[in-house]
Order: sequence, then structure tokens, then C-alpha cells
Amino acid sequence: MRWVLAVASLFWALAVHGTEPIRVASKNFNESYLLAEIIAQLLEDRGYPVERRFGLGGTLICFEALVTGEIDLYVEYTGTLGQAILGVPEVMGRGALNELIADRGIELLEPFGFNNTYAMVTPRALAQSLNLTSVGDLAAHGDLNVVVSHEFLERDDGWRGLARTYDLQADAVGIEHGLAYQAVADGGIDVTDAYSTDGELRRYDLVVLRDDLGYFPQYLAAPLVRSALADDVKTAIEGLADLIDDTRMQSLNAEVVFNGRTFAEVANEFLVDWGLAQRRDTSNGLWRSLAVNTTQHLKLTGIALLGAILVGVGLSLAVFRMPALSKGVTYFCGLLQTIPSIALLALMIPLFGIGPLPAIIALFLYSLLPILRNALTALTTLDPTLTRVALAMGLTEWEQLRFVYVPLSLPSIFAGIRTAAVISIGTATLAAFIGAGGLGDPIVTGLALNDVGLILQGAVPAALLAVATELLFEALERWLLPGHLRRG
Amino acid sequence: MNACVSFEGIGKSFVPGQLVLDDVNLSLPAGATTAIVGESGSGKTTLLQLVNAVVRPDQGTIRVFGEPIPEDLVKFRRRIGYSVQGAGLFPHMTNRDNVVLLARLEGWASADIEGRYASLLEQMGLPEDVSDRYPGELSGGQQQRVGLCRSLMLKPRLLLLDEPFSTVDPITRVGVYESFQNVQRHEGVSTVLVTHDMREAVKLASTLVIVNQGRVVQAGPTADVLAKPDGDYVAALLRGQLE
Repeated sequence: MRWVLAVASLFWALAVHGTEPIRVASKNFNESYLLAEIIAQLLEDRGYPVERRFGLGGTLICFEALVTGEIDLYVEYTGTLGQAILGVPEVMGRGALNELIADRGIELLEPFGFNNTYAMVTPRALAQSLNLTSVGDLAAHGDLNVVVSHEFLERDDGWRGLARTYDLQADAVGIEHGLAYQAVADGGIDVTDAYSTDGELRRYDLVVLRDDLGYFPQYLAAPLVRSALADDVKTAIEGLADLIDDTRMQSLNAEVVFNGRTFAEVANEFLVDWGLAQRRDTSNGLWRSLAVNTTQHLKLTGIALLGAILVGVGLSLAVFRMPALSKGVTYFCGLLQTIPSIALLALMIPLFGIGPLPAIIALFLYSLLPILRNALTALTTLDPTLTRVALAMGLTEWEQLRFVYVPLSLPSIFAGIRTAAVISIGTATLAAFIGAGGLGDPIVTGLALNDVGLILQGAVPAALLAVATELLFEALERWLLPGHLRRG
Repeated sequence: MNACVSFEGIGKSFVPGQLVLDDVNLSLPAGATTAIVGESGSGKTTLLQLVNAVVRPDQGTIRVFGEPIPEDLVKFRRRIGYSVQGAGLFPHMTNRDNVVLLARLEGWASADIEGRYASLLEQMGLPEDVSDRYPGELSGGQQQRVGLCRSLMLKPRLLLLDEPFSTVDPITRVGVYESFQNVQRHEGVSTVLVTHDMREAVKLASTLVIVNQGRVVQAGPTADVLAKPDGDYVAALLRGQLE
């Protein structure tokens, strides 16, 4: 009974939001988090409640979530919106893009000002000595050591096109992107490709060569919002228009990536500098976020597990007397298990959008197999003498289940539930990719930032939770064990 | 003769082409004990399980106290006691719960349950302290006595016993026989006992039914069968086991 109440209240908590918060989302890389946090803090400072759905696993997830109304806004880039999402070959400005997306109920607000596109970069000292300011200047220096990322080297709209456009003579060779910055700083490379707002440009003191001929498409960052969002909210967000140029974005990124500061700190500092928000306490977020994430994690796994127990045990009781059907159900659940968890989560998005619901459904499907299989095995392998006696003495089907089948299968059913619980707690860390929150949140962010500390903030509590669950179930098991086994 | 169970033209096979029972016609007397004797695989257990409809016949009719087996099997089976080899007690219930389960489900008043339970315990020669223990904590003989109590709890008119004494050691068995016969005399319940043990059959039953390979080879009062075995098989069976 208490369990039923607990389930009911959890569903209630999920269903009821109180005053509708503005759901601000981000993709899972540094700049996207940072801009989303800036918008979130700006809105909070204006008194709007905000729900952060940060670290969604990629462009299409964000876009789909926005179109289906799962989120209210995220920061997108004009080039990405045009080419990757809408599939239009030519570079388009904000106005043209807004015409294309208007019928989907979304719109692009005023850009922040910077252009995060491909860029050719070179050490400042070299640029000054050779007087290099634009890509065109490279034409006169065919002897420069140009090393670019493999992808840039291969892509048609990468190095080859650039060399054709600017008539560059240098022979470029490929390198792993992550190594290029260090190599440039060490002087091993003269020119490489980069993203124009990477924090590394600040750190290694690299200059971006101007793309005078407009070879690289424009990737202007701008808030992509649901048109239905209130006008005052849109106006508030557009207060950020043109405030962040390439250099500022570079240094904001560098603050997080190299100086180890949190998104909240950097975002707040930026807003305070521009007089857009009050200073806020961003220091003691650790315990609070730990509590929030852990609670959310337990909510996700708890609801999924309860659902899986009800369906798994119920289903096995319904089919165990029919061997063919039992086999079919077990195979089906086994099939679900073979889908990689991240793929299963992705499969949920077109059906259930993003957020806790699809995550809970995916976790539910994962938990089903161990519970179902253990229950079915136990129910079908009971001592045949006992089941024959139960039938022959005149117990109804229900009484046979109630007094014989279920109590005798209980230890095995419980072991299945225990396995499912521990698997769920581990798998639920992936739910952060589809905006469900939980202890996966710091892990996903940490992965994006390559921040081990942040990753551990999610991984350690998740591991502890799994151990605690084991212990809890062990105690419960002892308590629930049939008397003859306890005494024996 | 009043029959407690009658088999009329019973045929049964579990695997097509292999008859477990072949045209069985039998009438078992009410108010007495009949032993169905045969080797393993003779079809004797199937014959017993046809009576409480755990197994259904392919051909023929079974009547219990003159009536064909009704639609409502639950109600029907509750009027027939059933006890098996090794007792078949539910290991997760105390001995008391095993015995009184059906009475509770039938909605008996708790005073009636207690009264009946106590009287069975006494008649079966079980000490009171077995009540709150689990079957696994009793000896084989005690488990068998508890099993018999369970099958008698609802005061059935008919009792079906499937080798209930075979796992009990010979010395203990004599005591269990006595307790059982004591209850039987007291309650006048018609009993069908399946056994492979001719000595047990002769001791407990007034009627013998000898089955071999799915056919009844001889049936009649125990004294008659002992005096005039019908054919070599019965003679050999009697000789082999009684000497």
C-alpha cells in the first residue's frame, strides 16, 4: 500500500509543474552550456522560473525537442540550422531562416554577435612578423607549415576548397584535432584550422586570419525559441544581442575550460559586468546539485523499477502456464536488452520526446527482462508434486498463485528485481543525454569539458547508490523471505 | 453394492498410440478401502488422478458416488481428500497452516477449525508442538501424518492416497498405518489407495484391484484375490511380495 502511494505521488510530482517554468536547453559542449546558463540566469534575474535541460545529446535532439514543445529554447548556429537541420545548401541570414522555420512554430532571435565557424589560425608572433591578417595573405607564403585536422583536410568544403578560393600553394597535412593547438603553440605548426571561438585561441595566443572572401559559412549563435514564448521573455533574451563578439566568447570559453570555473560563475560574472543581472552566490552549488541530481536519479529508476515489477511479475503470472507464449515474451524482452542503452534512449525521442518520461520508459524496458525471466523460471520450475497437490486439493487458479506459486517463487523474483535495480541505476546516468537529469548530468557535462572532477561528481554517487541499493535489497530480501528458508 | 468410484470404459493415452489405460471398467465399494496395486508404469496413479480430474479420460465416464464429474472442479475436488508420496506439504507454510488452509478458504469459523484440527492431530498421533513448525523440520513419518490430516480436514467422503506411506521407514510405517486406520474407522471415509506394496494393500484394503500395463487383471475382495489369484501375473505378484 505504501508503495502504491509512493508511485502515485511520484507521478503526481512529475505531472504537476506549478507555474510553468521556461525550459532552457543546451547541447553537450562547453559553449552551448555557457550560453544557455547566461540566458537562464538572465531570465531568473527578471523573475521567470527556469528549468535547465542542459547537455542534450546533439543538434537533432535539441531541435526535435524544441519543435515538439519539450523545451522552450536553446542556442543554435545559423550554419547548423540551415545546412544540418533544414538541408539548404546556401548560407542564409536570420531573416531567411526564420521564414523557413516559421511554420514549425519556432524562431531565431537576434544573434549574440560572434561567429563560431571554421577559421585558419596562426601564432600571434608569426602573424606579426609575416604581417598575416587574412587567409589571402597565406598565398604569398607557400613555405608555411600548414597542418589541419583530418576532417578538414578531407572535406570538400574544407582545405581543398579554401586553397582553391584563395589560390594557396602550401601542401597541408592532417593531424588529430586535439593535438593541433599544442603543436601550434610549440612552433611545430605554422597554420591550422580551428573553431573561431575556442578558448584555446586565448590560451595559446593564436590569431584568426580574416576570411575576406567569405569562404566559411557563417555560424552565428542565436537563441532558437518557440514562437509561443511570451514576448516579454523574448525581449529579455534579446537584451543579449550583439554583446558577445568572437574574442569575448573565446575568453568566456577559456574561463571554464582552462580556469576550471563553473558555468554559473562565468555566466554570472558576464551578466554582472554588463549590468544585466545581480551578483548571485554560485559557490556552494555542489551539495545542492548533488541532492537534486540524486533525487532525480532515484525518481527515474524508482518509477521505472516499480513499473517493471508490476508489468514483469504480472506478465509472468499471466503467461507462465503457456510455454510458447512465455518463450515469446522472454525472447522479446531479451531483444530489448540487446539494444545499446544510448540507442534505446534515442529511439524513445520520436515517441516520447525528451526529458524524464522517455528515460523512465527506456529504463522500464531494460528492467523488464531480469524481473520477467527470473519470475518465469521460478514459476515454471516449482516442484511438480506441490503444484499437483495445489490443483488436486481444490485451490482455485488465484489461490494456487496466492498460496503456492508466488510465495515459493518469491526469492527468485526478488533476485531479479535486485538485478534490475542495480542495472537501472547504472543505465540511468545515460538519461542525461535526453534531458532527464539525474547523476548523469555532471557526467555528461564533465565529458563535454573533459573535467574529471565533474565526471566523478556523478559517477561516485551513482556507484554508491548502486551499492546502497544492493544492501537495501539484501535486507529486504531477508525480511521477505518465506519462514522456512529464514529459519533453516 | 454402493460404489464410491466407478470407471466405465476408461481409455487414456498421453502419447498418441501408447495407451496408459485400456478399457478400464471398475466399481469401488463405498465405505471401505480399495487398494490399486501395480508396478510402476502400470497406470495405477493415472487411474487415481482420473478420480479428482487432475487427469481427464480420452474415453469413458467416471462417476463419484454415482455422479459424473461436474463442471465446478474446485468445489468437487474439495470434497475429495488427496495425499501423496512424500506428503507434498507446502514448505513455506507451518504444519498448522498446511492442514487448515482449505477450511479457512471455505470460510469455516475459527472455533470449528481449531476443534477439527485438534481432533485430527490427536487421532493421527501428532504432538501439539508440530503446529507452528515447518514441514521441513519434521521427520518423514510426521510429515506423512500431517499430510493425511490435511487431506481429511474438510471431512471428505472420499480419500485418494497415492503411495502415501512409501517414503516412510518400515517401523514408523506400522504406526502411521494404525493412526490412519483409526481415523478411517472413526470417520467412515471411502478410501482409494494406490500402492506397489502388496503387503500394505493386504493390510489396509478390503478390496484389491491389480493393474498391469494399463489393464485391470483382477479385482475383488482381498480374501478372494489371495485365495484365487487370477492368472500367472497376480500369482507371481502375491508370491513375490507376500512371502
